[in-house]
Amino acid sequence: MTRDLVTPYAKLRADTVARDRGLREKVTTLEAAADLIKDGEHVALGGCHMSRTPIAMLWALMRAKRKDLVVSRSIASTESDMLLAAGTTKHIITSWFSQGLIWGVSKVMRHHMEHKLARYEEWSHMSMGLRYRAGAMGIPFIPSRSMMGSDVSKELGADFKTMTCPFTGEEVVALPALNPDVAIIHVQRCDPYGNAQIDGLQFMDIDLAMAAKRVILTTERIVSNDFIRRTPDQTRIPFITVEAVVEVPMGCAPHECYGAYEPFFDHMDEYADITTKDPVKGMQDYLARYVYGPKTWSDMLSELGMEAVLDACRRGRSVYND
Amino acid sequence: MTKHQPKGATFTASELLAINAARLMTDGQTVFAGIGVPLLAATLAQHHACPHLTILFEGGVIGPKIVPGELPPSTNEQRCTRRAAMVLPITDVLLLLQRGYVDLGFMGGAQIDRYGNLNSSFIGGPENPKVRLPGTGGGNDISSLTNMIVAMKHEKRRFVEKVDFITSPGWIKGRDSRAKSGLPQGGMWRVVTDLAVMGFHEETREMTVLAMQAGVTREKVQENTGFALRFADKVEVAEPPRREELETLHHLDPDRRFTA
Repeated sequence: MTRDLVTPYAKLRADTVARDRGLREKVTTLEAAADLIKDGEHVALGGCHMSRTPIAMLWALMRAKRKDLVVSRSIASTESDMLLAAGTTKHIITSWFSQGLIWGVSKVMRHHMEHKLARYEEWSHMSMGLRYRAGAMGIPFIPSRSMMGSDVSKELGADFKTMTCPFTGEEVVALPALNPDVAIIHVQRCDPYGNAQIDGLQFMDIDLAMAAKRVILTTERIVSNDFIRRTPDQTRIPFITVEAVVEVPMGCAPHECYGAYEPFFDHMDEYADITTKDPVKGMQDYLARYVYGPKTWSDMLSELGMEAVLDACRRGRSVYND
Repeated sequence: MTKHQPKGATFTASELLAINAARLMTDGQTVFAGIGVPLLAATLAQHHACPHLTILFEGGVIGPKIVPGELPPSTNEQRCTRRAAMVLPITDVLLLLQRGYVDLGFMGGAQIDRYGNLNSSFIGGPENPKVRLPGTGGGNDISSLTNMIVAMKHEKRRFVEKVDFITSPGWIKGRDSRAKSGLPQGGMWRVVTDLAVMGFHEETREMTVLAMQAGVTREKVQENTGFALRFADKVEVAEPPRREELETLHHLDPDRRFTA
């Protein structure tokens, strides 16, 4: 599927106008939300690295055998390993891709990239953020001052362009706006209409929501609209951008959700062991056990184990202990 | 990393890096720190000469206070936010670099060359890479927009004539090639290793040895470098780690997760 690097403005506006943006309930299931995403679409993932990763929604997409998605994220971790191994995507746009510094370079990422089974399109971290921001602003590009002189820019070929500033005459980068088809974002709480509050680190999620043509929210809990209206200053994502709301407690497991649970570190160690030993079979075994095997998301959590869940929650809530 | 460790020393190479890097900071500066040795160094500096040093994390954190024994595993998890002054979106914390609020960027490196260019993307080049590395993250932004300190092991395979891929630009091809590439600000400032502390020649921008760790010879530094190094007119001997510096590091990382 060929796509415009920058969504034509008329299409961007028309897609938004065509959506029902009324204040309506959007609560649904993971399975029904997965049906809102079509093969080949550009899906942007909220959170960053091992934080507020919308794992449960991705779990549903892998089970639904969605394929050929273009996936973008600020920093990619094990969720993107899983999407590659499940065949959900062959094209990841991000700035850094590995499980995490303390586990070394991801063998799954390496396997797919070194054997040219998939493409890792690399932009600098700020450039990823500014591309989403330009998308959120409804402008076709945004000037910036990094990536010049590097091979990261050369590797992007015609997608990387510089221009002369019309005011100062300086050479600046023109970063193309990124308007994903769908943004999948996990939050601590939102109301049934999709007014979402985010605790702690916001990453690029607000720009993601504003840039995307539609947003799927997963949430630790659904609160009432009155709850939201008592503290509207805490609302980070407005309902008008949101297409679906799914309540999924522990929806980032085994990654982190700020103030609720930290990463499941023992599980992440095991994951690193399995995938380092054999990035192909090890990964398929992992998917069979944690993605395809469990009948429900709760079954997946049972597979992680009650001890591990409670430990992650105890550490997660500890930010409020001081 | 123990091979360069002088006999009877009671510190590791990582500790040596952290301590030498910490001494390069100036009180009152704002520092963008990566995980591991960079964060340890910045926190160590705060405990000694630089109590007014501000740390920034790429995940979107201004002024965190690191809890001893709870060093964050990345700059994006909740442990990074402990007692911070502010959390903000990733894009906005990175934009502080572009705006000019950041005095120093501080990170580790996989491969560096004569002009301080860093590679964290491909070993063996992008067409047929031997290893696909994780990539730039904020590395390219930090090195494009501010002055950089890099801390890394001094090994011939890491100190190469020309990096396979410039992920984070140093002085590019030397002389004024960085500014001509559209990067008028910042640049590679210091490289700290277990053997030496290096800077870059003011005109040619070639890597230049400024100081060597105690007991290390010029020959040894050169042997472990894949290109001809320059040596400053007067090469200093770095002061060995002080007891109080090592004590602070042990306190910060009691399990030796980042200092082993």
